[in-house]
Amino acid sequence: MNGSQFSHQGLQFEESLLFELDRPDSCGVDFDGHADLGLAEDSLGNLYRRAPIALPGLSEPEVVRHYTRLSQKNYSIDSGLYPLGSCTMKHNPRLNEKLARLEGLGDLHPLQPVATVQGVLALYDDIGRWLQEICGMPAVALSPAAGAHGELCGMMCIRAAIDEKEGEDSSRRRVLVPESAHGTNPSTATICGFTVDPIPADAGGRIDMMAFKDKLGDGSDVAGIMITNPNTCGLFETDIAKIAELIHASGGYVYCDGANLNAIMGRVRPGDLGIDCMHINLHKTFSTPHGGGGPGAGPVVLSAALAPYAPLPWVVKTGDDKFDLIEHEPGGPAKPFGRLKGFHGQTGMFIRALAYMMSHGRDGLRQASGDAVLNANYVLAKLKDVMSPAFPEYCKHEALFDDSFLAGTGVSTMDFAKAMIDEGFHPMTVYFPLVVHGAMLIEPTETESKFALDEFIGAMRVLVERARTGPAEKFHQAPRLAPRRRIDETEAARNLRLRWLPEEPTRDAAD
Amino acid sequence: MRYLPLTDGERMSMLADIGAAGIDDLFEDVPVAARFDGRFELTDHMGEMAVTEAFQGFAERNLSPARAPCFLGAGAYRHHVPASVDHLIQRGEFMTAYTPYQPEISQGTLQTLYEFQTQVALLTGMDVANASMYDGATACAEAVLMARRVTKRSGAILSGNLHPHYRDVALTTCRHLATVFDRADPAIPGPEAADNELADLAARIDDQTACVVVQNPDIFGRIRDLTDLAAACHASGALLVAVVTEVISLGALVSPGEMGADIVVAEGQSLGNGLSFGGPYLGLLATRSRFIRQMPGRLCGESHDVDGRRSYTLTLSAREQHIRREKATSNICTNSGLTALAFSIHLALLGEKGLRELALINHHRALTLAAKLDEIPGVEILTERYFNEFTVRLSQSAETVVDRLAENNILAGVPMSRLFPGNNDVEDLVLIAVTETVSERDIDRLATALGAQK
Repeated sequence: MNGSQFSHQGLQFEESLLFELDRPDSCGVDFDGHADLGLAEDSLGNLYRRAPIALPGLSEPEVVRHYTRLSQKNYSIDSGLYPLGSCTMKHNPRLNEKLARLEGLGDLHPLQPVATVQGVLALYDDIGRWLQEICGMPAVALSPAAGAHGELCGMMCIRAAIDEKEGEDSSRRRVLVPESAHGTNPSTATICGFTVDPIPADAGGRIDMMAFKDKLGDGSDVAGIMITNPNTCGLFETDIAKIAELIHASGGYVYCDGANLNAIMGRVRPGDLGIDCMHINLHKTFSTPHGGGGPGAGPVVLSAALAPYAPLPWVVKTGDDKFDLIEHEPGGPAKPFGRLKGFHGQTGMFIRALAYMMSHGRDGLRQASGDAVLNANYVLAKLKDVMSPAFPEYCKHEALFDDSFLAGTGVSTMDFAKAMIDEGFHPMTVYFPLVVHGAMLIEPTETESKFALDEFIGAMRVLVERARTGPAEKFHQAPRLAPRRRIDETEAARNLRLRWLPEEPTRDAAD
Repeated sequence: MRYLPLTDGERMSMLADIGAAGIDDLFEDVPVAARFDGRFELTDHMGEMAVTEAFQGFAERNLSPARAPCFLGAGAYRHHVPASVDHLIQRGEFMTAYTPYQPEISQGTLQTLYEFQTQVALLTGMDVANASMYDGATACAEAVLMARRVTKRSGAILSGNLHPHYRDVALTTCRHLATVFDRADPAIPGPEAADNELADLAARIDDQTACVVVQNPDIFGRIRDLTDLAAACHASGALLVAVVTEVISLGALVSPGEMGADIVVAEGQSLGNGLSFGGPYLGLLATRSRFIRQMPGRLCGESHDVDGRRSYTLTLSAREQHIRREKATSNICTNSGLTALAFSIHLALLGEKGLRELALINHHRALTLAAKLDEIPGVEILTERYFNEFTVRLSQSAETVVDRLAENNILAGVPMSRLFPGNNDVEDLVLIAVTETVSERDIDRLATALGAQK
């Protein structure tokens, strides 16, 4: 079925697929210079691609209109508050975009002679220094490409440290992971050859210390713990220093998931808590764009104990404002566990994140985390009489609710979330963390104004009232005003269509 | 502070609503010993002009390829990106959106991913592609893990002519997952050297081989027909993983799919994305329909909404970490949405006609440069058949020559010693890439400069 069979509505356009707009002779690019087909056929011989690739042809105006129309079907931070808990959807400054595209920064080849890239190496050194200072940690590995990639880096460092100390056949292979952890944590531990042992949360939403001590035992088989702080319930893990002490005493290491650094930046240094490694999502705390799902960047700060195992490559200062790039096993005290990524790192993201940090400065970063926590607590305070906070105390950067306020209404957490769309808001994070029933996790971030928060709070209160008075049917049908109403995810998974095909049989929509 | 909307007055009134005296009260659960009340050894906030000046300072200490003829490749290529690409990806609706977990209000991102997956499948000659990965090297490592899941075997044979970064990322990523790697030595091309590399790889396959990983064009720029190697893999129940580090080559060369590859991974930077000193780039991963459920990474699929309108949504997420946790196919959480969008828009502008022409221009210019270099005494072209990149033997240390030319504002190529340190056989080799951004004049400058080297 062709999307264009449905008509446009107002300024909402039904946009066909690129492949349906194809006119084979069209092209959106003009070239300076020409290509000699005969020459290529001679030199490439049997390897010359003769069969059609079947890419569609469009002119430049058509391409610009296609993507402009598609963009208008997206919600974005630019258009509204994006309350996704654990995602830190803050404003993305445009200055960062401009700087990432400067001639001499955005266009450097990664394998230019080191003498010709001293400026960008200085920039690597600088962002490393900012991250180390903010976290109170002595070293940093910049290359991981995303948060989960940073987790892999941190856990690989832990594995390398253990294997060096105890040998590759060490029995220290158990990793403790709180049940409220992001799914990437257990998945990463598995890739590093560890087994995952979950620790339950206590009634207050933090790590249950009794259960932790019980799981730790004598600790001789425990490689470490993966702890998120503040945790995914939006609470500071008050026992973290004690936990770190016990883990260290038993010979293990502490990995911290830094996804929620935005709450404590400038107020708590992870290094002071006994953490050995922590990844930092530059696309959360330091405002680089989420881009509809990446690319991100996940540098990892390291303790002195883990610093020698940091992966290749890294930048060293060799003299007064002179830098070198270490790309191969250097010998000496460094024992890199390997390489995680092609070339050196997400340079474009380092530029944006450093521009953000320098814009805020040390004073602004502390104010930013303060405002992030203030905004979350304001939302919590203004909604706690009608919704059901999961925990009674102040939250950090995100406010967590359970679904008990919806009991008896016939409205589920998902229904409530979808109804937010009709009120002009992106839904909050739902059903996560798993430790709270029907969880709704709201993280407004510090870049929302009081006006925007009041509008959001007002909309939420209206929805709660509507859920109470009914009918629930209205919620089951939401969203009604979005570019699409509920989409059949079961159909997508059962009748897999992952690409456009030219001779797709016509389907009945009701099928 | 320009990014913080709250005024002091608003802060006070909000704190009053919360019932707290100050922001510090909201941190009352943080143990006193854990609090940091000192001052960082960092600068205070700055306006746009001061920040810009600082970054211009960084930029001025680099040699921009915009100011010097650039012949660098080895997995990252300088191509012209049409102005509309960078404009469109900076639309806030694309750039500042989250992962499309709420499909009703993310159809823009989802439809572009669906189009992207289709384009990648067409380019590589495969049935399906995922919604992208971090970069080519990480996609390659994921392909090895995927081949292990498909075949339930543990062996992986890596061509010695695979980009060393790809090799190292695969070795690192798989090191705790009981993967048995068989690494071939690099096979340096040359007029006298017979090309036995693919036959040698085929001879290494046994009943524990999950996959053979081979790059085309390889790290020396050489292009080959992988058909026989694919057949050898299939005869033993192994998969052929084909690696492409220059996607523009797919506009001129028979696709890996046509040659029988089972998984194709590629670096997509060449389309839509600037060099950006190595990242962020774009990993591509494509495969046959029958292996879909063992694919890593996000997938976008077609469906319908309750009104029967064609719609798109992320699908098969039951493979992924947020559902499967420790049993997931990969720990990967994200894709490279915005660089994938740039790729897709650039390819939409090019279309069939444009991509083919662009590829041929690249190839043609490489032939032109090679012909010029071939006339220089002491310079020997080693790669016989290539796309837009070839290996040259000089009469002295390639690194010395490249450094010397850089002082004269010519980025002459990648000395192979940078990729294969400690290998004496590559000391005098330089890898030279030529794209549409290299002019006739640039070609003459490089030829003249190399000719003047003693």
